[in-house]
Amino acid sequence: MDSPILRLIAQRVALGILLLFAVSVLIFVGTQILPGDVAQSILGNQATPQALANLREELGLNDPAYIRYFKWLGGILTGDLGTALTSGQDIATSLGGRLQNTLFLAFWAAVVSIPLAVSLGLIAVRYRNGPVDKAISGFALASTSLPEFFIGYLLVYFFAVKLQWFPGISTVYDGMPFLDRMKAIALPATALTLVVLAHMMRMTRAAILNVMQSAYIETAELKGLSAFDIIRKHAFPNAIAPIINVVMLNLAFLVVGVVVVEVIFVYPGMGQYLVDHVAKRDVPVVQAVGLIFAAVYISLNIIADIAAIVANPRLRHPK
Amino acid sequence: MLDLKHIPIGALIGLVLTALFAFVAIFAPLLAPHGMGEIVGDVWEPMSAQHWLGTDNLGRDLLSRMIFGARTTVFIAVMATALSFSLGAILGFTAAVVGGWFDMVMSRFVDLLMSIPTLIFGLVVLSVLPSTILVLIVVMGILDSTRVYRLSRAVAVDINVMDFVEAAKLRGEGRTWIIFREILPNALSPLISELGLRFIYAVLFLSALSFLGLGVQPPDADWGGMVKENKEGIVFGIPAALIPAAAIAALAISVNLVADWVLNRTTDLKGGRGNG
Amino acid sequence: MADHETRPDGAAAALLDIRDLKIEATVYPPGEDPHDVTIVDGVSLMLEKGKVLGLIGESGAGKSTIGLSPMGYGRGGVRITGGQVLVNGRDILKVGTRGLRKLRGREVCYVAQSAAAAFNPAHKLMDQVVESALQHGVATRAEAEEKAVALFRKLSLPDPESIGSRYPHQVSGGQLQRVMTAMALCPEPDLIVFDEPTTALDVTTQIDVLAAIKDAIRDTGVAALYITHDLAVVAQVSDEIMVLRHGKTVESGKTEQIIHAPREDYTRQLVSVREIVHKEKEQSGAPVLSVNNVTASYSGDVDVLKNISVDIYPGQTLAVVGESGSGKSTLARAITGLLPPREGNVMFAGRALSPRLAERTKDDLRELQMIYQMADVAMNPRQTVGTIIGRPLEFYFGMRGAERDKRVAELLDKIEMGEGFLDRYPAELSGGQKQRVCIARALAARPNLIICDEVTSALDPLVANGILKLLLELQAQEEVAYLFITHDLATVRSIADSIAVMYRGEVVRYGPKSQVLKPPFDDYTDLLLSSVPEMEIGWLEKAIAGRKMESAGN
Repeated sequence: MDSPILRLIAQRVALGILLLFAVSVLIFVGTQILPGDVAQSILGNQATPQALANLREELGLNDPAYIRYFKWLGGILTGDLGTALTSGQDIATSLGGRLQNTLFLAFWAAVVSIPLAVSLGLIAVRYRNGPVDKAISGFALASTSLPEFFIGYLLVYFFAVKLQWFPGISTVYDGMPFLDRMKAIALPATALTLVVLAHMMRMTRAAILNVMQSAYIETAELKGLSAFDIIRKHAFPNAIAPIINVVMLNLAFLVVGVVVVEVIFVYPGMGQYLVDHVAKRDVPVVQAVGLIFAAVYISLNIIADIAAIVANPRLRHPK
Repeated sequence: MLDLKHIPIGALIGLVLTALFAFVAIFAPLLAPHGMGEIVGDVWEPMSAQHWLGTDNLGRDLLSRMIFGARTTVFIAVMATALSFSLGAILGFTAAVVGGWFDMVMSRFVDLLMSIPTLIFGLVVLSVLPSTILVLIVVMGILDSTRVYRLSRAVAVDINVMDFVEAAKLRGEGRTWIIFREILPNALSPLISELGLRFIYAVLFLSALSFLGLGVQPPDADWGGMVKENKEGIVFGIPAALIPAAAIAALAISVNLVADWVLNRTTDLKGGRGNG
Repeated sequence: MADHETRPDGAAAALLDIRDLKIEATVYPPGEDPHDVTIVDGVSLMLEKGKVLGLIGESGAGKSTIGLSPMGYGRGGVRITGGQVLVNGRDILKVGTRGLRKLRGREVCYVAQSAAAAFNPAHKLMDQVVESALQHGVATRAEAEEKAVALFRKLSLPDPESIGSRYPHQVSGGQLQRVMTAMALCPEPDLIVFDEPTTALDVTTQIDVLAAIKDAIRDTGVAALYITHDLAVVAQVSDEIMVLRHGKTVESGKTEQIIHAPREDYTRQLVSVREIVHKEKEQSGAPVLSVNNVTASYSGDVDVLKNISVDIYPGQTLAVVGESGSGKSTLARAITGLLPPREGNVMFAGRALSPRLAERTKDDLRELQMIYQMADVAMNPRQTVGTIIGRPLEFYFGMRGAERDKRVAELLDKIEMGEGFLDRYPAELSGGQKQRVCIARALAARPNLIICDEVTSALDPLVANGILKLLLELQAQEEVAYLFITHDLATVRSIADSIAVMYRGEVVRYGPKSQVLKPPFDDYTDLLLSSVPEMEIGWLEKAIAGRKMESAGN
């Protein structure tokens, strides 16, 4: 490995970290400077001015905004996410288990959807413009238009209510046996898979097709190589980077999809937690969870970019 | 220059359904058999001659609420799309043509906004702002304008370096002529197709927010909110929640079919006639 | 090598025997139902072992499509629908996919126009060069690599031992084209199809690649189909030539006969395409444009133009000649104000032009017009011919309505196109017509000087010839001066009154045409002049032998 590639990766990571700080500012600004009053929202419209003033003092709302920001940021960097206004509980403690639950769900959705999407994409390219390709494309077009809750409730309606194969509400608890846990997440994981599958497949198809239409594929064909060899030796090495890119970008979709899916299945994860506290206007929780979601999203994007850098022969073997 | 014979069947279905949804949304009060909040029967009555789609969780006529819901959903989505489009396209074109620091600042700011998933950012903002229709339109419009900005800027940058734009600059044409006469006519087709996709996105985004209880607030009806109202019924095998959900899907698919067709048409043609 | 069968009639079988070939493709025109078009119709040809047949024709003549038929390959939905293609005596249209795979890369190999795109960016050159030999079991890996190195040496590639361990992007275009030739030769095929192998290269690089290909063909005894649009190039390498037009054979015969005694009118035009006689005009009066000591750079560190000074006289043509990277197009950008020079100035009709485009007056802009290489992208695809030509009239002279329409009609007449074209869009015009409309647009401004940036390079020779003649006529009528940027010396001879030769950002030779083209030459001008293919058999050998300087490609 030569230095230019390492330099590019280092640049990309540095940029990501910078972006993360900028995002923290944005989230902070979005929740603090907008014309809502946290104290007012907690106490409601009937609150006495005295009570409001006391609460503001208690929450440090009388400090200038930038001081509050640095206090908040300092806390986050040391692992202190603050205290939930509504319950008074420590946010970091409440989040721990939920973060695990969410990651567990997203992990299994990814394990199913990535190989499925990539192979469907490959099949679509192999039989391109044929009925199989058209069917796959049609399915993809339809399912990118479906709201998550439509997929979710269809699954519940058929598999939980009519067939009663899986529970319609995904209850999980600490120390739950693995198989029970898998059964509990079967429907939400399927819903999530369907949410990202179409996008991922469409993008994989486009990425591979782009490679297959290159002149060097024609060269390989004119050397008398078999279709399998052409794909293995000539298409695959060039398609791998765009595919990794596609996968990472879609995992980022998954991060968003998880919010709605958790609410549908009443699954005790981060998304459910976020939505509950948005409704309660519990700003510290919203800030913390929003930042975590953004961090995951940004990291996935960085990985996607690094994959593209590493797989580019022009960068790997500079002149 | 639309030649009906050459519209593929998918696009035709899309066009007809889209027109139907638009019709229902516009003439909702004339079409709905019952009032929006009127309680006309028992909770979750099944489909019948009297209530074609049955009744909802409070015993209101589901069909009527669907019709009024169409109005709310389509109205908010159209307004948000209009906002995101005018904002994104104007800023994107200007950034591409003006270049320099304006382009730099705008593009970095858009990068920043796009580094947070839209739904998450929407939730963060709605945790401090009231969920009124105006707030929803503004928040959705601004968040979505980032994508329009990126597309318009990319398209305009591509066109801006073409020789015919250079020829216009060498002739001494002003910025207005270059944006509106040279660049815009050539950027229109990808933008129109994008318009469809942004509208779908707005419908889905609004429905997701309402479903989460953070979008349109009761007693107003919108499709996402109706899913939320009726979701408890699913567990008892009552499909009332699936009907608005299916309507959202049908609207999104129809518009998608049309947008897909527009996009394919434009990749066929390099310019000239019957394509704009 | 595959068995050589004998034909039923007892005559020795040809290596390649194409009989009554018909090739069709399905097109999907917008707004119409898809339908089939015939690309090649009733073409027959025969090629013996070790011979070279040149296929020549303009774009759309079907030459590449015919060239790929001995491999049973059709690009993008192209289908062979009739006739026979016999390779080594068997009809390859009947051998099936498996049979074709055995033939491709073994009996018939292919050299593409753009080697840069035809090599896989992910693999080293050597792996790709030996691939077909290994695939078909012709040699072991070690033997194949040894053979490849020998071929690299024969094709005069630098570092023949180690060039194979490089990646495609690490090697220059001219070298890559030779590596691709080595790749085609490595499995010792019977036939190689060369599809415009030198078209994308600079002239001084083209001559090296051409010589390398010719030597390799001679030494290995391989037969070849050589496809090109340039008759002078194909005359250097072929034993026989077939002239194609619109998918049909116009004429075929020995190279000598085609060059010296063409039977068909079309062939005669192709042969005489470079023979416009243009008499040099006397330089008189004050120059209309003076470029004085101009130095310019894009980013600030490397000067793309170094201290350039040239003059253009009213009603005359200055040709700026150079290869890619010589800075000739940058000179145009500096003059037009798109790239303000760092030093020096540009004088126009005795007054200094502002370096920046934005600071020039409308009249300065009007008097200096430009015509581009790619006419397709030089016109807004959404505007009609009428709007395109009419806009300068509105913009500079405030003409409206009937007055403008009358002038547009006059201009259309001048470019030999009728009023019927007024409502056409650029996409509905042929390449030559597009360029004519661009000329009319420039003329509409009544300029004193038109910068012509490679205006004929993208056109077929006969069409380009028409454009050159038109430009000369218009110059005589309108007294307009041209700054004619080109890489093609043949064009320069036909149109220039004075010439500036550019090399790496500098003017290395400048003066009236008669002086510039008269010996003694500096090294670079000599190389450039000697590299332009001439319609003469044996020119290549003479040119290589007489050169003083190695080309930039090596």
